[in-house]
Amino acid sequence: MTAPVPVSLIVNGTEVSRLVAPRTTLADFLRFDLELTGTHTGCEMGACGACLVMMDGEAVHACLVFAVQAVGSRIETVEGLAERGAIADLQAAFHVRNALQCGFCTPGMLVTAHALLERVDEVPSREEIRDALSGNYCRCTGYEAIVDAVTAAAQTRCCGGARPADALQDEGVQP
Amino acid sequence: MKARAFTYVRARSLEEAVTRFGEADGEASYISGGQSLVPALALRLQAPAVIIDLAGIATLRGVMLEDGALRIGALTRHADVLTHPLIGAHAPLLREAAPHVAHPAIRNRGTIGGNIALADPASEFPAMLLAIDARVEIFGPAGFRQVPADDYFLDLYQTAAEPGEIVTAILVPPAPPGTVIAMDELARRRGDYAMVGAGLQGRFSTDRTVEALRIAFFSVGATPVRAKGAETAVIGNALDAVAIAKAQRALDDDLDPMDDEEVPAAMRRHLARVLLGRLLQRMRDKT
Ligand SMILES: Cc1cc2nc3c(=O)[nH]c(=O)nc-3n(C[C@H](O)[C@H](O)[C@H](O)COP(=O)(O)OP(=O)(O)OC[C@H]3O[C@@H](n4cnc5c(N)ncnc54)[C@H](O)[C@@H]3O)c2cc1C
Ligand code: FES
Ligand code: FES
Repeated sequence: MTAPVPVSLIVNGTEVSRLVAPRTTLADFLRFDLELTGTHTGCEMGACGACLVMMDGEAVHACLVFAVQAVGSRIETVEGLAERGAIADLQAAFHVRNALQCGFCTPGMLVTAHALLERVDEVPSREEIRDALSGNYCRCTGYEAIVDAVTAAAQTRCCGGARPADALQDEGVQP
Repeated sequence: MKARAFTYVRARSLEEAVTRFGEADGEASYISGGQSLVPALALRLQAPAVIIDLAGIATLRGVMLEDGALRIGALTRHADVLTHPLIGAHAPLLREAAPHVAHPAIRNRGTIGGNIALADPASEFPAMLLAIDARVEIFGPAGFRQVPADDYFLDLYQTAAEPGEIVTAILVPPAPPGTVIAMDELARRRGDYAMVGAGLQGRFSTDRTVEALRIAFFSVGATPVRAKGAETAVIGNALDAVAIAKAQRALDDDLDPMDDEEVPAAMRRHLARVLLGRLLQRMRDKT
């Protein structure tokens, strides 16, 4: 019986139910069944980090979870995080710091950075940020600008919440 | 790449899981965190017909003190090893090793039971189990049994657990007061498997001689390895430069590392000596 099985879970706040083949990864489920293509797939074996999503509040690789294993869980994709404004500061900081080129790795980078900033109460050191990003590959930008962007977002988050890009620019953060 | 089609079974009890495994006639795999199994399926290194999910079995969860031992349920995730207060208090070497295991998102799903069941020789926790003298609790068709870590890791990915048996918990004798630990690895990048790594747990007497010490290396062979010669070289002595050099020399007999294209055996031996020297000094500095 490798036939499709019913899967119900909450994605970006909405309950969804579908029939899926057991071998379907959560990443493919999000991309093909739900058309949430912000979650990218690169290596499909846990190495590149393009597929990260929040699962019950924690970052996980959507390519390393079968959709059937996620039954009953709460998934938030990069679309969900963006729409509720949870990563507006990170998006702005990535933009201002030129922390992306092709953008393929960016959803995973944003999810990792978001998970890190949710976890810490202080501005993390560059080493801590690098450690957190150690499972995310970027083929274009180099990591310096990404670490800069996460640092900038952390600095604004720690002192009273997210601030938009123009506020960053007012502080002399140049694109 | 994608996994071959399979049937998915969500087991509710150990008995159910073992029965379903038996019924599959050698064509089944258990899944816990899936952080090693899913990549293996994607690469078609494995293509079982049935996958039995252990994640819903309540008895595999929890960390508790029981009968004088710390019991770490098999489904305890690497991320929990980092933060659980009982593990921090009674098995600090495991907590010390946890940040070296993969990346944060993998630590959110990977479990200590899956890690020990897999027994990757480059993995951190198996060697730590040797260093802390832990036991592995296993459930199979004949019921529960316990195997000391020293007898559990048999060969490359081979353990004392038979196919179909389930690793249910890690049992750790709580570290006595005054326990000193040290752990580190030499890797090319944080989160990568180490070229060489080691964990040490010991105790010093009031005159600062080494009273007890266990040293275990990983990434130096087909299994994690106790460095018994190095242990003997320092037990009963102060950890001075002479004793440390003696322990480093003893590693030549303790370790028989493999040669591979990335890291030749001679380089692994060298790295192991360097690492042991650093870790013993770190222990001395803590006393
Ligand atoms: C990019 C990447 C980097 C990694 N880096 C490291 C690293 O640096 N160090 C490290 O140690 N690990 C590393 N890992 C592996 C990771 O730690 C795994 O989570 C872990 O080794 C396996 O645990 P799991 O719960 O995910 O097991 P699974 O993947 O679910 O299972 C692994 C194997 O064990 C069997 N199994 C699972 N649970 C049990 C059980 N309770 N009883 C019996 N058999 C069982 C399965 O059938 C399977 O064969 C890495 C993984 C990835 C993808
Ligand atoms: S696609 Fe999941 S880690 Fe690369
Ligand atoms: S911006 Fe292209 S991969 Fe990172």
